[in-house]
Amino acid sequence: MSRLILILVCLLFATSSLAANTYTSNGLKDVYFGEALYHAFQGDWFQAVARLDTELGQYRGLDEPALDTLYYHVNHAEFAVGDFELAYRMHHRAGRAITAVIEGNVEEPVRNEAIYRLARLYFQKDQPENALHALERIRGTVPARIRDDLEFLRGQIFMANGRLKEATRIFYDVQNAKSLEGFASYNLGIALLKEGKEQDGRESLDRTGQILSDSPSTLAIKDKSNLVLGYKLLDENAGENAKLVLERVRLSGPFSNRALLGSGWADASQGLFERALVPWSILAEREVTDPAVQEALLAVPYAYGKLNVHGRAAVMYGKALESFGKEVDKLGASITSVREGKFLQALAREELKQDSDWVVKLRNLPEAPETYYLLELMASHDFQESLKNYLDLDELQKKLATWEGDLDAFEDIIQQRRAYFEPLLPEIDRAFRQLDSQMRLRLEQRDRIEKRLNAMLVAPRPDYLATAEERIATEKIGRLEQALVAKGGTVTDEIKDRISRLRGVLVWNIETEYDQRLTDTFKNHRDLNEVVDRLKKQYNAFVRTRLAATQSYEGYDDVIRRQRNLIASAQEKVKVLIARQGNMLETMAVNELTKRRERLEQFQITARFAIADSYDRATKAQTEKSGGK
Amino acid sequence: MFKFLRRFILSIAMLMLSFPAYAQEASKEQIKGLDEQVQEIKADVLAIAAELNRLEEKLLYPSDTQIAIFVSVAEGEKYRLDAVDIELDGKSVAHHLYTFKELEALKKGGVQRIYVGNVRTGGHALKVTVIGKSEGGSDFQKGESFTITKNIGPKLVGVVLAGTGIGSKTITLKDW
Repeated sequence: MSRLILILVCLLFATSSLAANTYTSNGLKDVYFGEALYHAFQGDWFQAVARLDTELGQYRGLDEPALDTLYYHVNHAEFAVGDFELAYRMHHRAGRAITAVIEGNVEEPVRNEAIYRLARLYFQKDQPENALHALERIRGTVPARIRDDLEFLRGQIFMANGRLKEATRIFYDVQNAKSLEGFASYNLGIALLKEGKEQDGRESLDRTGQILSDSPSTLAIKDKSNLVLGYKLLDENAGENAKLVLERVRLSGPFSNRALLGSGWADASQGLFERALVPWSILAEREVTDPAVQEALLAVPYAYGKLNVHGRAAVMYGKALESFGKEVDKLGASITSVREGKFLQALAREELKQDSDWVVKLRNLPEAPETYYLLELMASHDFQESLKNYLDLDELQKKLATWEGDLDAFEDIIQQRRAYFEPLLPEIDRAFRQLDSQMRLRLEQRDRIEKRLNAMLVAPRPDYLATAEERIATEKIGRLEQALVAKGGTVTDEIKDRISRLRGVLVWNIETEYDQRLTDTFKNHRDLNEVVDRLKKQYNAFVRTRLAATQSYEGYDDVIRRQRNLIASAQEKVKVLIARQGNMLETMAVNELTKRRERLEQFQITARFAIADSYDRATKAQTEKSGGK
Repeated sequence: MFKFLRRFILSIAMLMLSFPAYAQEASKEQIKGLDEQVQEIKADVLAIAAELNRLEEKLLYPSDTQIAIFVSVAEGEKYRLDAVDIELDGKSVAHHLYTFKELEALKKGGVQRIYVGNVRTGGHALKVTVIGKSEGGSDFQKGESFTITKNIGPKLVGVVLAGTGIGSKTITLKDW
């Protein structure tokens, strides 16, 4: 039983971790792709899809995608998003994503791998015809690592489409592939049996049942092959051969209970009831919730009856009856527990989601139903898909509630920012406008100077570079010269000469220092430009900060309102869906438990009749014995 | 009696071999229909998540001030990472203890966004401290200090954690 639990645990947790493992970080260039992989490697498919979808969406919107870092991984990313969606059981979107890769401009091996995945997806979703059409599109080179898996899938798809001849040919070709050890030959056997080639089919199952391997999965398929063949032989009244085949099944494997039961019946069918007691007695000691064990509880006294040990048979029938009674009560309580919603509550518990032994823990929870009766149901594909959907919906419900809270927090932040910035901004804007006009004026002046300097390189103008003192002196000399003219001949020559000398000195200085002055002016102008550049940077930084201040609280109202509506609408939908999904799970569980209870009730009737019959026979035997004496 | 029991046994066995045949009462169509609706709501919620991510980034971490720090592990590293501590401008901004799953995800090549926040443009002091166990089983703690420059636009800083061997640089920075 513990092995069955182990298998169930593996099944439930094997959520396509392969999907993410396909991608390595070799030469990773896009950090957001790496981040999506980080979530995917942990099985956090929601985050993985959300991150990668956003990144791909932004990439597709670029004018020049070749400049983006995702460009180097875009094929992988397109693949990955399909895989992540598949792992998150969004098969429609995964199908679309994979189809996009197939129809895109990709290399032949990449395209063929995408087709393989699409075909696998169709096959898993019970659409074998679509799967076959997809595979027919494969042309040219197939990556070596998927070659055997592709052929195996092709065989399965042919078998599902009833094309058994082609299926057997493929399974025959791949039966020696190491990765498919046991699986190909088992499927070959089943395909041959379906094709009507009984002998060949049996031989293939027989070969599979004798494989020597250490691999747990190969050993499991080996056991299954022996079990199928054994029961087939038993059904055909070939008890001796059936016994040989069923004895190959491991005593500790998940199929061991059924093998022990069949082994006993193989002996019984030959009238060897003493031998039949060996496997049945072992089985009768095992976990009583297993259907095969319950059968054994009836089979053991039945064998004693056949061996004319009627008294012992009667006692054992009585024990079986007692055991069935307890189990029927347990099942009744479990059905009530499921109907009261405790099964769903237990399934959704956080600590169980974190624990790989959750199925075992589930059984130990107070008031949880007797999950051993549900193990096989829980291992079924439909139940698993429904359970995962239920848990996903539960997660979505929690996320939506959290986001609702986030939106409240965002609104608070926006309100606080508005309250802080709005009184400050008018004064800041006024001061800024003033500074802005001053700055514009200075920049215009700087431009004018620049133009003039450039013109002076072509046509020298020493007067432009006169100092302020020289200009004042020039004006004074000019005024003196005007006064000289006004006074006519009354001014002495000496004064005239002095004025003339002064002008001469001024002109001399201006003219002779012109080159140095021009050089200095250009240097000063360059220094000024540096200052202006710094000023422009500060100006731009201020403009950005000013804009950021406004943007920190304006323009969010519509987005938040829209998000609120979307969240509310999604919450409504999730609420309805989770109720329906939960109801479906409960119905499945109740149906299963009811079926098992009805079966046990039938067993109770059988056991009661058998007790009476055994007592009659025991009494009769006693009477005959006494009469004989 | 024998025939009855045997018929019973065989029918049960065949039922077991054809595994999940029980739950047929909840019809395939119902299961499929519900599954499709669940897929639709997942797509809706993913769209909301994407929009909220954009809103959060715009509102809380505008590109002019945004700094994001990402942690990755160099390929082929065998040591066990226990924790990473990030200090920015002398303040501890992130401290992360790694679960087994997270560590495996890093070793497989995933990149963890350990911190996202806001800083001014210009230079900033970054200190990264790593705590773990070397391949040989001994405890180690190593720290490395860096100066990073924030320009206009988001700053994406990669912290790459490498081996603990003598002479090897345990922590390096990478601009994404």
